[in-house]
Amino acid sequence: MTQAPATAPGAAAPAPAPPAPAARSARPWYRDPAWYQAYGVYVAVGALLLFNALFTDRFLTTDNLTTQLVQVAPIVIVALGMALVIGTEGVDLSVGSAMALAAALLPLYLGYGLVPALVLALLAGAVTGLVNGVLVSVVGLQPIVATLALFVGGRGLALVLADGQLKQIINPDLLSLGTASLLGVPVVVLIAAGLALAVAFLVARTTFGRQIVAIGGNRKAAVLAGLPVKRVLTGVYVLCGTFAALAGILATARLTASDPSSLGTLMELSAITAVVVGGTPLSGGSVRVLGTVAGAVLMQLLRATLVKHDLPDSTAQIAQAAIIVAAVYVARERRSR
Amino acid sequence: MAPPEAATPGAGPPVLQALGVGKRFPGVVALDDVSFGLRAAEVHALVGENGAGKSTLIKVLTGVHRPDAGELRLAGEPVRFQRPFEAQQAGISTIYQEVNLVPLMSVARNIFLGREPRNRLRLIDFPRMNREAAALLDGFGVRVDPRRPLHTLGLGTQQMVALARAVSVQARVVVMDEPTSSLEPREVETLFRVIEELRARDVAVVYVSHRMDELYRICDRVTVLRDGRHIHTGPLEGLERMRLVSMMLGRDMAEVRRDGVTGFAADGHDAARTPVLTADGLTRRHQLDGVSLALHAGEVLGLGGLLGSGRSETAKALAGGLALDSGEVTVAGKVLRRITPAAAIDAGISMLPEDRKAEGIVPGLSVRENIVLAALPRLSRAGIVSRARQDRVVEIFMKRLRIKASSPEQKVGELSGGNQQKVLLARWLCLEPRVLLLDEPTRGIDVGAKAEVQGLIDELAGEGLAVLLISSDIEELIEGADRIVVLRSGAPAGELAGDAVTEPALLEVLADSAPTPRPAEEAAPR
Repeated sequence: MTQAPATAPGAAAPAPAPPAPAARSARPWYRDPAWYQAYGVYVAVGALLLFNALFTDRFLTTDNLTTQLVQVAPIVIVALGMALVIGTEGVDLSVGSAMALAAALLPLYLGYGLVPALVLALLAGAVTGLVNGVLVSVVGLQPIVATLALFVGGRGLALVLADGQLKQIINPDLLSLGTASLLGVPVVVLIAAGLALAVAFLVARTTFGRQIVAIGGNRKAAVLAGLPVKRVLTGVYVLCGTFAALAGILATARLTASDPSSLGTLMELSAITAVVVGGTPLSGGSVRVLGTVAGAVLMQLLRATLVKHDLPDSTAQIAQAAIIVAAVYVARERRSR
Repeated sequence: MAPPEAATPGAGPPVLQALGVGKRFPGVVALDDVSFGLRAAEVHALVGENGAGKSTLIKVLTGVHRPDAGELRLAGEPVRFQRPFEAQQAGISTIYQEVNLVPLMSVARNIFLGREPRNRLRLIDFPRMNREAAALLDGFGVRVDPRRPLHTLGLGTQQMVALARAVSVQARVVVMDEPTSSLEPREVETLFRVIEELRARDVAVVYVSHRMDELYRICDRVTVLRDGRHIHTGPLEGLERMRLVSMMLGRDMAEVRRDGVTGFAADGHDAARTPVLTADGLTRRHQLDGVSLALHAGEVLGLGGLLGSGRSETAKALAGGLALDSGEVTVAGKVLRRITPAAAIDAGISMLPEDRKAEGIVPGLSVRENIVLAALPRLSRAGIVSRARQDRVVEIFMKRLRIKASSPEQKVGELSGGNQQKVLLARWLCLEPRVLLLDEPTRGIDVGAKAEVQGLIDELAGEGLAVLLISSDIEELIEGADRIVVLRSGAPAGELAGDAVTEPALLEVLADSAPTPRPAEEAAPR
């Protein structure tokens, strides 16, 4: 016997001992990465608003804030769908293409009236999502690869449908979607806000929403618990595609033109950024709806602030990059514990 | 514990030696003062049940883990491997359960990966490489075109390629971790031939397997580990199977007792006559081979067997978590057509999975959400979860199972193992199942929770639930089960009922020396 074991013989348990239950509550909130992941985005938005209130002329005016909100609304709508997808440990790269598809379809069917055109455009987004969902859940492709197909192909199809041309929109009803206001609040903003509430309810209170989070949190356990994993995954991508199409419609209305070649380019990255900055982990298992909205708003405010201070757009990109790294960093440290 | 010298008695100097090796992981002592010696030209079996420390020892020997205590000696010289690569350089090769080669590369490239023969332009000399690979494989009696991509070969042949690679790096020691677990009988023969060949070349082989027949066929000596400690090393010849098994399980034949140290009541349950669930000829390639059993309401049926005997696979198949090649499951007189987890749950089958962390809990979700996970559709109206009904279920089960959490909103990942297990039990019990499959329900949980869970199993059976209990803890199995079906190599090996449910009887069936040749499946080799 070379050395005495430090533990009693019986302590050599065949499986890991229970983790200390007090691991999290041990550290104060300001040293807990989980706190920053959950609430950091709100603090940052508040700080930016405060900074602008003090140092930026005519920033906290109704006009300016309305403009900011109108600009961020499409990103918020797409990001809401993206948050659901990321909650299942997936990602959807094809949202920009879904926007372009919706935009391309609008002028083709406006002749039949506004409602049929809108329905068709939304349906195009749903079908995009259905294809993604089936590729991911039934065929079993990795989400990034599955959605890459339509990221490329969707925009190609949109350009074919539109003959590769930018088309002026003159339908007054459609245009009013982009410009009209209700009680001083632009319709676009109202739609985004309503959608955020609906998604928040979906995640918190519905069977579907809870199953999304469970599948993202532990897929194997979800399968063994008899959850309809394939159906839920497909549904999530359909929602995401439909939301993207809605964003495409609203953006088209504001642009007063259908522009399938450039509408929604890089939108997937803006949406993912909003989701991640908002505290939803890329590893799935959690969906932060309000955080996602705040994440999109933060990125918008950041750019606006820098532009108002006469700094070039490239500065904004660097600042945004820093925020993304910070967001991913707090998420990373939490997972490794 | 044996002094180091005793680990290597008799002839031949040790090629590789571990002296008093210790290794701890947070919360676990994986290896505790283990000594192990390996001689040239021997095949040395390394056996032990789950958590015995086999894999940790292998990982220490092959440089994956660094020991916290003790030392390794290679040909008498102390060595410290910092990385697996250094162990490989020193002549220690490992062949893992899952072949660790590059599937898309050719056979020859896999064999010579990282040390390809070069031509004058420093480019890979393919003709020479292919020639040498073919010669090498030929030596093992494996005829395969070395230019074929590896993934087009059968698993057995892939394993041969891994072996060829191991041998061609001038290995002095080859470690094989369950090499036959996915092989056809014909491929097993080839493997054994190769092992003989290795022995003839003075290579030392560490052979990890749960298949007794294989061990007795090709191994010279055996080392038994249990709970991270060295139990026995000695020649395999002349060692009774029964004794080997009892050493693995830690049950000394002389002191077998039946004094109720578990949380089970001593008396059995009144089982119903007609079975709730019958399984008939469950078969799945390489895993299950005609498992049949009947489960009655109000009884606890134990499923016994050594590691790898198909216990967990049987439970998983019944719960729809493992697709079957053939076999029929009947619940309450109705045949289940396609068994999916959802169909099994609908039929009233609930399963507590063996791997709590990987297949059970959703660590980031709350206790409440983990409990109601499978029951969500039943607690919802029009897709909207009823908070009131959900809270009621959670409250009832947290109280009944005495789940200790700061609140139902606490994350399950923060709970102790015992409480996590109770949360999972609650998840399944709130579905009001007819059949409860429990795969290692008390593994890795503290003593108090263990007794509570055992008491609960008793209580549930008393209430008329049909319970299938899988446990590596012999004591738990004997005292908990009214009847035990024993599996070996995925096939039924015997059944104990009534007064025959005793440790000696169980050990005897477990160690049964009657050869159980694995069937040659009709499926064509890939």
